Amino acid sequence: MDQLFQQLVNGLAVGGIYALVALGYTMVYGVLKLINFAHGDLFTIGAYLGLTLFVAMGSAGTLPGFAAVLPVAVMVMGLTALLGGVLERVAYRPLRKAGRLSAVVSALGASIFFQNAVMLVWGANYEVYPEVMRPSAVIFLFDTGVPLIRLLIIGVSLLLMLTLYGFIHHTRTGTAVRAAAIDQGAAALMGINVNRIITLVFLIGAGLGGAAGIMVGMSYGQIDFSMGFSYGLKAFTAAVLGGIGNIPGAMLGGMLLGLIETLGSAYLTIAWKDAISFLVLILILIIRPTGILGERTAEKL
Amino acid sequence: MFLEVDELRAGYGPVQVLHGISLHVEKGEIVTILGANGAGKTTTLLSVSGLADITGGAVRLRGKDIHTLPADEIVARGLTQAPEGRRIFGPLSVMENLRLGAFTVKDRKAVARTLEQVFELFPRLSERRSQPAGTLSGGEQQMLAIARALMARPRLLLLDEPSLGLAPLLVKAIFETVHAINESGVTVLLVEQNARAALKLARRGYILEMGRIVMEGDAAALLADPGVQQAYLGG
Repeated sequence: MDQLFQQLVNGLAVGGIYALVALGYTMVYGVLKLINFAHGDLFTIGAYLGLTLFVAMGSAGTLPGFAAVLPVAVMVMGLTALLGGVLERVAYRPLRKAGRLSAVVSALGASIFFQNAVMLVWGANYEVYPEVMRPSAVIFLFDTGVPLIRLLIIGVSLLLMLTLYGFIHHTRTGTAVRAAAIDQGAAALMGINVNRIITLVFLIGAGLGGAAGIMVGMSYGQIDFSMGFSYGLKAFTAAVLGGIGNIPGAMLGGMLLGLIETLGSAYLTIAWKDAISFLVLILILIIRPTGILGERTAEKL
Repeated sequence: MFLEVDELRAGYGPVQVLHGISLHVEKGEIVTILGANGAGKTTTLLSVSGLADITGGAVRLRGKDIHTLPADEIVARGLTQAPEGRRIFGPLSVMENLRLGAFTVKDRKAVARTLEQVFELFPRLSERRSQPAGTLSGGEQQMLAIARALMARPRLLLLDEPSLGLAPLLVKAIFETVHAINESGVTVLLVEQNARAALKLARRGYILEMGRIVMEGDAAALLADPGVQQAYLGG
């Protein structure tokens, strides 16, 4: 029983991270019908920036206290958001009127570029988050010890998701984002600057991805230049699971995938952790290609 | 001149649809564009709204070029459109659709006032305000498309086939509404398949064939023209 509860908490923490990254894929897909393959690498950059900025905030070779994580996270989200905006401007906007395949190739190119840039800047070896960023405190819930950091990650990712949901569903600009995802031309006829909406979507998606990057560093300690690939793939799976293009779907899909993967590796075998995730992807593509919350929509011509 | 389309050439990517058309709309008028499928009626309206690729000529609103502006800035200048196929935002509620129509209006009180007027014009929409727009009937969706275009308080309203696919009684209601909208001071450029009804409503008309204007004149004269009767009014 104790073990199940701990695994559930672990699953929700991983799921929260997947969900945050999945939101970036699904929002961009929603408005552009494009899989932004470079999104996982923005997440990597978030993880590295988090480490670098945290270390830089200390003075004379000493590290700052744990409280510095908050301003660092805010800065990282801002910087990765900015990078997401630049990515859209440089890699995707010039190809907006070209075929969809051109944009996909550009996305793959941007991904390779970012991965190699990270490798050049921070090196090919893995980096380790300092202990001070990774509180080892354990909290007892229902007589079961649960690492504080996991609860923190669950809480922060839920908070970010709720904020995003509120923004998308209850503000003027959020409604404009949904309109642009449904019909860009009709949105433009409402006086909505669709380019601005697309930029906004990249900013938000990349910012959430950056936050997820720090969470991985804080929770597992190790980061490396290629981590964006595996996490990106998982998050993409989560987005498809929930219904690609659907924002609540990405949240649900991320949480579910985190739970399935964690429980699967705890009770079946850890060696099959990735296999379980991709089995989920294959099954959902066969049984319900539109995802759990996705709607069956006719392809627009 | 309120709206002036001058030797306009436009299309989509490499496909040219309009081969130099000129037309104008005066303040307060209802002007209709008639023509067969594929003649370029919808492309004309989309060009004016900034959604087609313009390769030559000009579109001017109150003397100022608008063909160089992006679509959203054209809306901000008081020109809106209820496009072909309605293109309402199906998953969004009726209310959300209407609020999006007022996206360029920053004054909340003005939006509330317009909303009231629009609900007066279309009481059905008021009843269904919280319903997803996609669940409305065809006639209601058309009402929503027009209502949404009115929410920005346009001076010029473009309507693309508002009667398409509607039952005769509804068609009559829609045309009466267009008349009422015009009476309230909105200039209307109307594209229609239903040539007879459109010519009865409009003051002037243009006939478009293969991307060129082939005839223009007072609506009454076009109604009486044997060629027009033969081609567009069923003989």
